[in-house]
Amino acid sequence: MSTVAIFLMIAGVFFFTTATIGLLRFPDCYTRMHAAGKGDTLGALLLLLGLALYNLNDGFSLAALLVSLKILSIAVFIFVANPTASHAIAKAAIDAGVRPWTRKGGKP
Amino acid sequence: MIKRNEDIIIQTVTRLLTPFVQLFALYVIAHGHYSPGGGFQGGCILAASFILMAVANDVAFVKRRLPERLTTALISAGVLIYAGIGLACLMLGANFLDYGILHRVLPVDAVKARALATLGVEIGVGITVMAVMVSIFLNLLSAGRHEEGAVE
Repeated sequence: MSTVAIFLMIAGVFFFTTATIGLLRFPDCYTRMHAAGKGDTLGALLLLLGLALYNLNDGFSLAALLVSLKILSIAVFIFVANPTASHAIAKAAIDAGVRPWTRKGGKP
Repeated sequence: MIKRNEDIIIQTVTRLLTPFVQLFALYVIAHGHYSPGGGFQGGCILAASFILMAVANDVAFVKRRLPERLTTALISAGVLIYAGIGLACLMLGANFLDYGILHRVLPVDAVKARALATLGVEIGVGITVMAVMVSIFLNLLSAGRHEEGAVE
């Protein structure tokens, strides 16, 4: 159980790292949203799943199960809310007239 | 005027999440004396759910559910609950908000009366904070005119 939890958490940290690199290196608002929206969602999901499993490491008691259930409900909340927030920001950028980045001479 | 933006994804997710946000707010209010939280924090979360509604739809959407007259009444009602519990303690001969004395009028012992009165005070604070936050937000968002929800 502990091994799986640690593996999940390392995977989550990996996705957070890639999302941060994308956020820093991508050229404009939309591509950064692309990195942050997906990478952060998956990273947080994997981290929380790992924490929920790790919490059950000492054996299944009712209290530990309840805490794990709360962690899982946070994961579900993030899974629904984070892409919606990214969508809202992207839509606001489109409505405000932000042009997508292109290579020099390329068509938008 | 910024044009009114309707978006089915944001509105649907808001409609889905709002009950859970409000349930969590009530949990924070009711559980305030066992875990982090309390009336102020719970009231802020409750107000955030209404602010989410106002952002996803428009000001009129929230004002239909929570009119100005109702928020004003709720602000006063919350303060009245808080001060009423405090003054009830004063009437019974203890200090202001000294809940233990309330076991004389409630059918429970002093410890239980203390817990119950704390919950009552938290509920009063929560109602006031929620109504004040929503009122301030609606006034700021529409520059005091309570129209569609856009600033020129």
